[in-house]
This record gives sequence, structure tokens and C-alpha cells, in this order.
Amino acid sequence: MDSQNTFWKSAVKNGLLAGAIGLYSTLVGLVQAFNKRAVIEQLSLGHITLLLSWGVVAYVFLNHHRESESKGKLIAAGALVGGLGAFLVALLPMTAQWVDYHFVFVHAGPEMYSLLTFGKGPWLGSAMLVAVGALWGILIALVVSLPTFWRDSVVKAFLITITVGLLSDLFTGMTIGWMFQPFLGVEGLNILGAVLVFGLSIAYDYWSAHRKPKESAEAVATEPAGVTKSQLRRMVVGALALVVVAGLPLLLGSYLSHVLNMVGLYTIMGLGLNIVVGYAGLLDLGYVAFFALGAYTMGLLTSTGPLGIAHWTFWEAVPFSILVAMVAGILLGVPVLRMRGDYLAIVTLGFGEIIRILALSNWLKPLIGGAQGILLIPKPPLFGFKIQTPIHFYYLILVGIGIAAFVAYRLRESRLGRAWMAMREDEDVAEAMGIDLVVTKLTAFAFGASFSGLAGAIFASYVGSIFPHSFNLLISINVLSLIIVGGVGSMPGVFVGSLALVGLPELLREFAEYRMLIYGLSLIAMMLLKPEGFWPEPIRKRELREEVGD
Amino acid sequence: MSEKIKYFLERLSWVDIMVWLFGLAILVIAVIGVIGSIHNAYYTKEQWMDFVVFGISQGGVYALIALGYTLVYGILFMINFAHGDIFMAGAFTGYFLAAKLNQYGIYNSHPIISLLLIMLLAMVTSVVVALITERVAYRPLRKAPRLVPLITAIGASFTIEYTFRGLYGSGVEAYPDMKIFVGKTSVFGLRILKVHLLVIILSILLMAGLYAYVQYTKAGKAMRAVAEDKDVASLMGVDVDRVIVNTFILGAALAGIAGVLYALIFKQVHFFMGFIPGIKAFTAAVVGGIGNVPGAMLGGFILGIFEALGPGLILEGLGIPASYQLKDVIAFTLLVLVLIFRPTGLMGERLSEEKV
Repeated sequence: MDSQNTFWKSAVKNGLLAGAIGLYSTLVGLVQAFNKRAVIEQLSLGHITLLLSWGVVAYVFLNHHRESESKGKLIAAGALVGGLGAFLVALLPMTAQWVDYHFVFVHAGPEMYSLLTFGKGPWLGSAMLVAVGALWGILIALVVSLPTFWRDSVVKAFLITITVGLLSDLFTGMTIGWMFQPFLGVEGLNILGAVLVFGLSIAYDYWSAHRKPKESAEAVATEPAGVTKSQLRRMVVGALALVVVAGLPLLLGSYLSHVLNMVGLYTIMGLGLNIVVGYAGLLDLGYVAFFALGAYTMGLLTSTGPLGIAHWTFWEAVPFSILVAMVAGILLGVPVLRMRGDYLAIVTLGFGEIIRILALSNWLKPLIGGAQGILLIPKPPLFGFKIQTPIHFYYLILVGIGIAAFVAYRLRESRLGRAWMAMREDEDVAEAMGIDLVVTKLTAFAFGASFSGLAGAIFASYVGSIFPHSFNLLISINVLSLIIVGGVGSMPGVFVGSLALVGLPELLREFAEYRMLIYGLSLIAMMLLKPEGFWPEPIRKRELREEVGD
Repeated sequence: MSEKIKYFLERLSWVDIMVWLFGLAILVIAVIGVIGSIHNAYYTKEQWMDFVVFGISQGGVYALIALGYTLVYGILFMINFAHGDIFMAGAFTGYFLAAKLNQYGIYNSHPIISLLLIMLLAMVTSVVVALITERVAYRPLRKAPRLVPLITAIGASFTIEYTFRGLYGSGVEAYPDMKIFVGKTSVFGLRILKVHLLVIILSILLMAGLYAYVQYTKAGKAMRAVAEDKDVASLMGVDVDRVIVNTFILGAALAGIAGVLYALIFKQVHFFMGFIPGIKAFTAAVVGGIGNVPGAMLGGFILGIFEALGPGLILEGLGIPASYQLKDVIAFTLLVLVLIFRPTGLMGERLSEEKV
């Protein structure tokens, strides 16, 4: 009897939580802003946001009680959680005639109320909203009470369908976009497309679940000498990947190539910061300083405008950009040699800000342009041909990534790389083992900075004009976040991280106002759910799991 | 004594010498700047006093925010990056009450009550935001490696900023003037702005209160015990979770009041207003010695005064135009200098290196 009481009590609690999250997303304006983006026919992202904010709470709650409670009770509880969640949101339009929410909350207004009430007025509309919430809760309860395999598969398919619907604009942007036309509505997927994606996802799950055991047994059994099957397969996959990477911009078109270029520049920076933070364990929050120095060096040396001092070409200036960044890395590294942990973080952050403020100041304006920046930075020439469009730059950046990745890889495997990692694990022990901490730290700063300098140089030439505002703290934070999201110290992780943190927000441009909100929320969620990152180093993963586990 | 010097010389490495030379170079440049400024007499004595008073009141706000950083850092060893935004949450929410009160005329007819109400609302908002942040973003990660909560804190910072942008809009709102605090008053023959006087008095009172709380109450004792050693404290019957929550509440309440004071000085609120003061306050906490409560107060005032005086006193003497643009450079240079000569901050002696 007592456990019954707690079950219903916690159902009410979860309903309130669902309502709070629903109210939050409504008042912050997510629902309204996302309403402009259709995902599947008429169903907009705004609707989905509301449904998800109730749904996630209901799902977690019901799933927790899945084994212990009967199906009927789960359904009733689902209706309660969903209905209560919807009721709290519905309070807004119901009380709007007496309370002026708009005074405080900018998004509260007739438009929001009519959206929430389906344009049917405060009373009827609110009742409808509550009914929708309750039905949604029941639906979730039904999904939860499916057998495990089907439950997971349905949830996954649902999420995939939404994602595909959300990103469906990508398909139309491609050069082969016409192939997808039959499945797309005016915006988002149409019903046919949605059903297809949903079905395919479930079918794939079903297929992979029933195939797995046979496949692994086969792999163990047949392993001939010489070029093994798995080696051969790896080579084929590698070759295919190369072809895809080389051909990608031709397939994607100009805008998406630009997005990829930004991802690429962040990848180069990430590879560099990975040396500092990932290998050497030095927390650097001012990494943007070297990016700025690289870019400004490139700008000053090549610009054809009044501030240009040398009128060099890109290729002549690149080594200098890297060199300047490298020297700056050493110079800024010296004062912080004795600092550890968070002291290092705040001081490097300070350095980054100092560089930006100096670039912005009137004092240095005659030299580097102040707030007006450096204009007219020429594009890199190449054997009489000019690297100009984003697609051209894609290949330049690809080469940059290749070089950076190669250097980073060789460094990690070198004596120096092992010294970095020893220092990361324990400075005192490393020193006792005969590692020269000064040299080791300074080389880490120098190499890390040089990568950023390279990225800055390419960036300057790519955008053609640079301003101090492009070099704010956000870039440092972005680079740090992307290597952590990808997995600290892991090289493929850097790429995955920059795709996730630079590529995705770039695609969500139209929600500009909420990009940073989503970014922040996903950083938190990522650290809570997968602290080791998307593509962790194997050792790191084990360590983290152990530490988090207990 | 000579033994000690011998030992010291043996241990001296070229790194220390270089770092000190670097610090000395900055100091020498600063001294040249000061001499230049005084020699050229750019400002009158009155103006210098104004700078100092402004610096102290700004420093008081920094100190109040810095206390939040230092309290949390002392216990959890994490930079609560979102603390600046918790400060913003209080200030921004307080604005709406101020505007409503102003609309009905209560703001100026009952200024003290209004101010108390606004501060109360700001405190409550800041505390609620801090508690939600702690519960959702920090508590599950107590045992994670240190980079993980740092990234969560950065995420929380963005989340709070853009949540309030979504809720309250992205405009800069003008904080209404309180009539009794407009204009100057005389204290010990000094003419200072009434607002500055109010901010200085309030921040000193609050800091004294906080110090007494940490030092003399049982809850404060528990807090110090947890800062010393969580495990032992919990063996001694201290509810560690409870203490951590208390710490967040305390820090956030101070940040909320600091938000209102900041808004009174600068007369505007904005969703991004917490960012710079947050970083400055963290800098102040490090200057004073992070984890150390009096250190945070000292650091706040020192940083505030240096920022107010530095551009006029040092940079203009060096012949740098538009020197006020570079006040943040002064703040961060001060930080680097302090850390070069005193790596644990001005008062942070007890915090051993292994803890950091």
C-alpha cells in the first residue's frame, strides 16, 4: 500500500517536472521559434519540443517502474504525467487575461497563447492541450511496456526520423538533391518519407540484431595467413573514405563546403590544443591568442591594403604565421611555467583577452587597424590558378589537416609525446624520472600554438579581412569543448568533436538566437552522459569509467 | 641564515630568474608610467580621488562575486564558470521589480523598502538558478576528473545566459535611478557619489557578515571542515551534500545582491552583463588566493582600484592613447604579476599545491 502511494506521488512529481520543463521551453521562446520549422508535414519542431519536454520525463519515469508496475497502471501514470505537464503549460494562456506576462517575458503574447491553444481560445484550447499531453503520455506508456528490443528500436527510430526531418534541408542543398524530392514536403519530410525513415530504422535494428552472432563467429573461424580479410577490408574502406573525402565538396555545394571548412579549421586548432590539454595536461583557455596572431601575421604580410607591410603571397607568409604563433606560445608559456591547474586556466584566459583587447585598441590602430581590422587579404595563388571559392579552400584546409594530423601523430608517438603524457599523469613523478619539465611544457605550448597559427593564417586568407571581434574567448572555449566532446587526447575525437560543435550549430543557423542555448545544454548533457567523449582514447575511457563509476 | 640562502641559491633555476625578470620588467614599465603621469599632471587631485572611490565601489562588487567563486572553489576545487551568470540572473530579475515599483511611484517614495525588496528578489532568483545548476550539472560529476565539471560549468554558463535572453529578451534595459542616491555627498571632507557610498558600505557589511558566518557559526565550521577534507568531515558527522548546497546558496545570495549593486552603479542590465564581471571576480579571487575568504575580499578591492587607476596612472604616463580601453589588460597583467611573485595569491598560503 505504501509503495503504491509513493508510486503515485512520484508520478505527480514527475508531472510537475514535465510541466516545468514545458513551461521553460515555452517561455524561453523555443516552442514559438521552432514552430517555423516543419519537420514532418504540419508537425513543427515547436510541437516536437513541447512533446519531447513532457515525453523525456514520462519515459524516464515509466521506464524506471517498468518491471514493478502493471501495464494498466503504467498507462494511467503516463496519462497523469503527460496531462499534468500539459496542464501547467496550459495555465499560461488560461491566466493570461488577468496577468501581464509580457512585462517580464518577452515571448509571452497572443501569438504564443494561440499557438498553445491551437487557436481555439483559452478554455477549449487548453483542454485540447491537456488531452494531447495525456494521449502522448499514454503512447509513451505503451512504448515503454513493449519488449525491450522493440522499445529501444521504436525510440531510436522516432529520434532518427525527427533528426532526418530536421536536417532534410541538407538534401535539397546537395547537387543530387532531386533524388530525395519524393520524400520531402515543402519543408521537412512528408508522411511517406517519415514512414520510410521510421521503417528503415526499425528494419536495420532488426537486421543487425539477428545477424551479429553469426558474423563474429565467422570472423574468428576464417582468418587466413597473409593479407587477412579484415586487413583487406580496412584497405578498401580506407580507399573509399579517401574518395568520399576528396569528392565531398563537389557533392555538397558551396554553402556546405563552407561549413566543412569551418569544421576543418577548428579541427586544425583542436589538434593543436589537444597537444597542450590532451597530451600535456595543461589547461589553456587562451588558445585563441595564437589563432589571432597567425591571422594578423598573415594579414599584415600579405594585405594589399594600406596596412600591408610586405605584399607577400600566402605561401611565403604561412611559415611566418606559424613561427610567430610558436614564439608567442613560448613567450606566454614562460610566465606560467610554475602555475598549475586552474591558475593556469585563468592566466591563459587573461592572455587571450589581452591579445584581443590590444588588437581592438586605438593605441595599436596605426599598425593593425583597431576595430576596423585588416582588409584586402589576397587569396592564395597556386601555379597561376587562384584558390578562391570555399570548394577550393576545402582542399587547402584538407592538406592543412593532413599535415597537422601527421605532425600530431608523430609527436605523440615520439619520446617528447611520452614525456608530455608522463607530465600529464603526474608532474612530480615525471620530474623524478628525469623529464625536463620546462622544455616539455614549453614545447607543448609551442607546438600547440603553431597549429593554431596555421589555422589563423588559412582563416585570414579564406575570409579576406580580419577583425578583432573574430578572436573572442568563445573560440578558445569552442576548441576546448570540442576536444573534450570528442574525447581528450584522441585524434579522431577532434574531428568528431568539431563536426558536432562547429558543424551542427552552423547548420542550425536559422535558430541563431537559440544556438548557444542548445550548445550549452548539449555540453552539459554530453558531460553527464558520456564524459569520455564520442571517440575516446581506450586508456582514457577505462580511467574515466572507473572514476565516474564509484 | 646563510644556510638558507645557500639552499635557496642551489634551488634557483633559470626559469625562476626569467620569470622574475619578466615580472620586474612589467613593474619597471609600470613605475615609468606612474612617474610620467604624475610628472605631466594629467588629472587633478579631485579626479584621482574619484578614480579611487569608483575603484573601491567596483571592487566591492567584484569582491562579493569573488566570494562565490572562492567558497565553491574552496570546497569543490572547481571553477564555477556560471557564477557570473548567476549574478546576472539576480540583477536582471531585480530590474523588473524595480521598473514595476518605479511605475507605481513606490520606488522613490519608499526607497529603502524598495531596495530591500529588489535585493530579496535578486537573491532568491540567483539562489534558485544556482541550486538548479548545482543539482543538474555539478552534483552528478563530483567524482569526475577536473576537466569534466569545468566543461559542464561552461555549458551551464551558456545555458543560463541564453535562457535569460530567451525569457527577458536581448535588449539593454535601463535601470531606474533612485532619487535619494543621485548626486554627491560629503564624507570626511571627500565629495563622493552617493551610489558609490551605498555600494561600499553595503559590500563591506555583507563581507563582514559572511566572514563572521564562516568563522563563528556551526554551519561555517562545517563548511571549513568540508573544505579541509570531505571524507574526514563526513566521518565526523558533517552532511557534506548539505554543506555544499549551503555554500552554493551563500555564494549565489551574495552574487544576487552584487548584481543589484552593480546595476545601481552602471544603471543598466543585459543578459550578457555577467560575463566580464564574472571573469574579473574570478581573477580577483585568484589574486587574493583562491579558496581563501578574506583573500577574495582583498583581491576584489585591489583589482577594482587597479582597474580604475591603472589606465590613467600607468598607461597615460606611457603615452598610450584611449587608455581606458585597456583596463582589462591592467587587470590581467596584475593577475600575472601577483602569480609570478606569489604563486598561491596574496593570502592563499594554506592551499597546498597538491590540492590544486
